[in-house]
Amino acid sequence: MTTPPAINKKSRARVIYHGIMRHWQLYLLMLLPIVWVITFKYVPIWGSQIAFKDYKFAHGIAGSAWATPIYKHFLKFFTSNQFQRLMTNTIGLSLYNILVGIFPPIILAIALNYCRSKVYSKTVQMVTYMPYFISTVLVVSILTQMLSLSGIVNKAIEATGGKAIQFLSKPGWFKTLYVFSEVWQKTGYNAVVYIAALAAISPELHEAAIVDGANIWQRILHVDIPGILPTAITLTIMACGRILTMGYEKVLLMQNLQNMRASDIISTYVYRIGLAEGMQFSYSTAIGLFQSVVSLLMLTLVNGLSRKLSDNSLW
Amino acid sequence: MQAKHLKKTTSEWVFDVINTLLLTFSLVIVLIPLLHVIAQSLSSPNQVIAGRVFIIPKDISLMAYKEIFRSKLLLSGYGNSILYTVLGTIVNITMTILCAYPLSRKDFLGRKWMMWLFVFTMIFSAPLIPTYLNIRNLRMLDSLWVMLLPGAINVYNMVVARTFFMSTIPDEMIEAAELDGASDLQVVWHLVLPLSKSILAVLTLFYAVSHWNSYFDAFIYLSSEDKLPLQVVLRNILANAKMIEEMADATVEQSQRLALVEVLKYAVIVFGSLPVILLYPFVQKHFVKGVMVGSLKG
Repeated sequence: MTTPPAINKKSRARVIYHGIMRHWQLYLLMLLPIVWVITFKYVPIWGSQIAFKDYKFAHGIAGSAWATPIYKHFLKFFTSNQFQRLMTNTIGLSLYNILVGIFPPIILAIALNYCRSKVYSKTVQMVTYMPYFISTVLVVSILTQMLSLSGIVNKAIEATGGKAIQFLSKPGWFKTLYVFSEVWQKTGYNAVVYIAALAAISPELHEAAIVDGANIWQRILHVDIPGILPTAITLTIMACGRILTMGYEKVLLMQNLQNMRASDIISTYVYRIGLAEGMQFSYSTAIGLFQSVVSLLMLTLVNGLSRKLSDNSLW
Repeated sequence: MQAKHLKKTTSEWVFDVINTLLLTFSLVIVLIPLLHVIAQSLSSPNQVIAGRVFIIPKDISLMAYKEIFRSKLLLSGYGNSILYTVLGTIVNITMTILCAYPLSRKDFLGRKWMMWLFVFTMIFSAPLIPTYLNIRNLRMLDSLWVMLLPGAINVYNMVVARTFFMSTIPDEMIEAAELDGASDLQVVWHLVLPLSKSILAVLTLFYAVSHWNSYFDAFIYLSSEDKLPLQVVLRNILANAKMIEEMADATVEQSQRLALVEVLKYAVIVFGSLPVILLYPFVQKHFVKGVMVGSLKG
């Protein structure tokens, strides 16, 4: 935007001043949210400087001495023997989760869309949407109970002559249990976006396809799938942007000493060495900061990619 | 498409069968764990320990639920969760509207960078430790405030509300009100809020459910037992064999207690999800609408 040359600096300042004064009440409304975002979001970002310091309780954030060299804690993490394991677990779990999670909501949305009985489709939608509102604590508890040695799954295995498996303490099972319980909980919720996308496809496209003699399968393949592809691409690459910072509440709840080899991800490690076991504040912050910065870079990249590919972006 | 109904082709026949099977499969997969947990919680301990209960309760007994209502910890957790949910949601709604409305006004100078100030926190957040130290410095550890203030605005919900204001309240309407001499605050109170009932309902539901279900913040910030919300209590009970054994009636024989503890675990799960499950049929319509509003881009 260019300012017309006739308006000089002084009168521009006056325009701004009047603009603000005219709506001073809007600024008043905005006051609390601004104070909030600074206090609870930006002050901790400022406090992240302890990643470059040797934080001491007594000296506080600003008063603690800088680490020597300043990247000491980062170096420690990158060269530690935990690094590779944590990265593999985190990226492995994220990618597995994204890959398995892509198709079920799309399939469900299409199936609901072509269901001939309105009542049945409403019922299925309502029921499959429900687990989303059950808390993570309870979903993990249900999983634990059903898969425990005295749970229904092992009872069934034993009844058919198999040997009971301690699912939750086997590292080999951890990722699969995590990912498929996510599918159980979130498919109905994630399908809603695709149902909306399907509803937005112009009926004329379907009519034209029918006139051309396309059967239902061909219409799904050539009309519906292209119609929801942009949504699918955007959601998927956005999820890829968050690969290192995936939600870890559930991982923490499913974690135990036996499955640690597979379940220890960066976030749970940050929590463990920072709060739960060690009090290695600076080291934990350095790892967390590494995670946040990588996420920021990846989201920026992926957002640009999404804009190019599907004309759809987060910002 | 009407004509097609009359003479279904073979491929449509096949499709309908597969489609119905698929939907039924989804339905069954989601329902079985839920029904199983409910059935277990209502059955007699002997049937449960023998593994004879699938999705229909056997020898119905309310023994486990009686134990629950004797547990001080669970009841106080319930009370705390209700308190945090009600107060927290009020704070959430107020702060979200305060933030979303000015940002939705095109004539609000500086809205671009203020919007960025909020959106940036969605893509970059401070690590756990500085966040924790900040709460500590604010003297909020183990207080009611920590359950209400740090999460006062969910930026995503705020953006949804802002999109709603921008797309449903015509600028001309606000201009007309201003010409009539209404101030911005009067516009918000008398014009915008009455027109925004649907988004307020959606936000209330989303915030309330997230308060009811939240676990991690309380887990790291609260330490007094009498302040813990239900989710933390549930976690402590379910993950700690000793705690749940203490809950089981001491007068019951040792051999019976093991079985009772097992049923108790299922009953605790049902007890914890009861409010959400009971309210769900009434509110799910709004949730679907909420996701739709959210998927409209602003």
